[in-house]
Amino acid sequence: MRQLLILSLSVLALAACEREDREYRANPVTSETEEKIALSPLSAGPSGPTEQRSGLGQQYEENAYHIAQGKRLYIWFNCNGCHAHGGGDSGPPLLDDRWIYGGQIENIVQTIREGRPNGMPSFRGKVPDDQIWQIAAYVRSMGRNVPKPAAPGRNDDMHPGPAEQRRPPGEVMDGGQIPPAAQMPQ
Amino acid sequence: MRRIAPALLLLCLPLGGCQHWQSVLNARGPAASTLAHMFWIFVSVLATVWVLTMIALLLALRRRRPEDADPLATNPTTERRMTITISVAIGLTLLTVISLTGLSYAAQKVLFAHKDGALTLLVTGQQWWWKITYEDSQPNRVFTTANEIHIPVGEPVLIKLESSDVIHSFWVPSLTGKMDAITGRQNQIQIQADRPGIYRGQCAEYCGLQHAHMGLIVVAESKEDFERWREQQISSAIPPGDEERQRGMEIFMSKPCIMCHQIRGTDAGGKIAPDLTHVGSRRYIAAGTLETTRGNIAAWIVDPHGVKPGVNMPTIQLEPDEVQPLASYLEGLK
Repeated sequence: MRQLLILSLSVLALAACEREDREYRANPVTSETEEKIALSPLSAGPSGPTEQRSGLGQQYEENAYHIAQGKRLYIWFNCNGCHAHGGGDSGPPLLDDRWIYGGQIENIVQTIREGRPNGMPSFRGKVPDDQIWQIAAYVRSMGRNVPKPAAPGRNDDMHPGPAEQRRPPGEVMDGGQIPPAAQMPQ
Repeated sequence: MRRIAPALLLLCLPLGGCQHWQSVLNARGPAASTLAHMFWIFVSVLATVWVLTMIALLLALRRRRPEDADPLATNPTTERRMTITISVAIGLTLLTVISLTGLSYAAQKVLFAHKDGALTLLVTGQQWWWKITYEDSQPNRVFTTANEIHIPVGEPVLIKLESSDVIHSFWVPSLTGKMDAITGRQNQIQIQADRPGIYRGQCAEYCGLQHAHMGLIVVAESKEDFERWREQQISSAIPPGDEERQRGMEIFMSKPCIMCHQIRGTDAGGKIAPDLTHVGSRRYIAAGTLETTRGNIAAWIVDPHGVKPGVNMPTIQLEPDEVQPLASYLEGLK
């Protein structure tokens, strides 16, 4: 009798098993989220800049499916044409901790959506919003700024450097310094 | 008996499925015929062996040993008869195994014998559709389509198989056996259709969420029809004729569609999703999932994940009055 009790209790524990939620179907009527993000910690007056995050970024950053889709889209939309596999080429590197326009996921989404001077095109209206978030989540995973279990694993094809999952976790410098590559018009 | 008969009839029902356009038993090409012959030879030989064994077993069960017999007593005549019976049985078993093995090897020789053909196709398996490129020595006659292969009847067609993401397997049961499409290498298989018709193919290696919806069709037609089809596929898309389709084209060009899809003759040049230059001329959309009708095209654009959950086509934002022009533009791309 006691065995049966223990058995049924341990079956109950299975209820705690939760699979990662994969959201395939983006809401077709959602509009862009209103994120208030500062590019620099500097602001006038004694208090820092006011920021307001919708929390969507965290959802994307902690979801292995979204990051893996972002990795696929990164190649499909030719991000590697300028940024290579994160090491940078004619575009700035994405692996390091220097961010010209901020390294938070909300900053990266804004950079992809709006474009930036000296070459970064705007993808608003060309890449659906949920895919922009996915790409930004993947960019965050390049320097391993996402949780280890969510970062992509080994590649099927040849890839420079270790898989995102095996990279040491990075620290983002908000605002960041401007690398020489970005100071001069190109 | 009264119960067995309906059960047997029910068991026979699935056989009705064997006559359709995607069946190994409905062989329409040399390779598939070889395979079908092999299947029937193996089934008949092995069924005979099974029936004989069962009869022998039943006889042995029915025949009882006499009550007063001494189990250790030996009789030279019986001993000799037993030796002969067992030797014959072993000999027959060896003969069956060896001849069936030989037959399989001979069939493989036939299956993988390459004949020279005029037509070469590059088929790339992708999650979850087939990209089909008709090769030609003249670069301006090379064209790309998706999920629908046309071949002339009676001619061997070489298919080069590649994959861009995971392992897929190309399988058109009525024409040939399976061949895997593997990343980083190229496999080859030859198909030939002896009779005109439409044959369905299917990815035969589990490749992810929508593996089941990764179909293709092979249309075998006369040489003239094939050449007409090829000329039409090589040509660029016809510009829209009426106002509604003109608007549809403008919507297509201003939306994320162009990031992935190509329509030759327009500014849309994406190469990571099916080529839509002649999408209206294809029988199915979404890799054999939906018939090509205006309604299905609209349904697919508005909610691809309702049809194929997890598919790589994103949900894009459209105004309600944009759906109809867009669908009729795409339907009109014959």
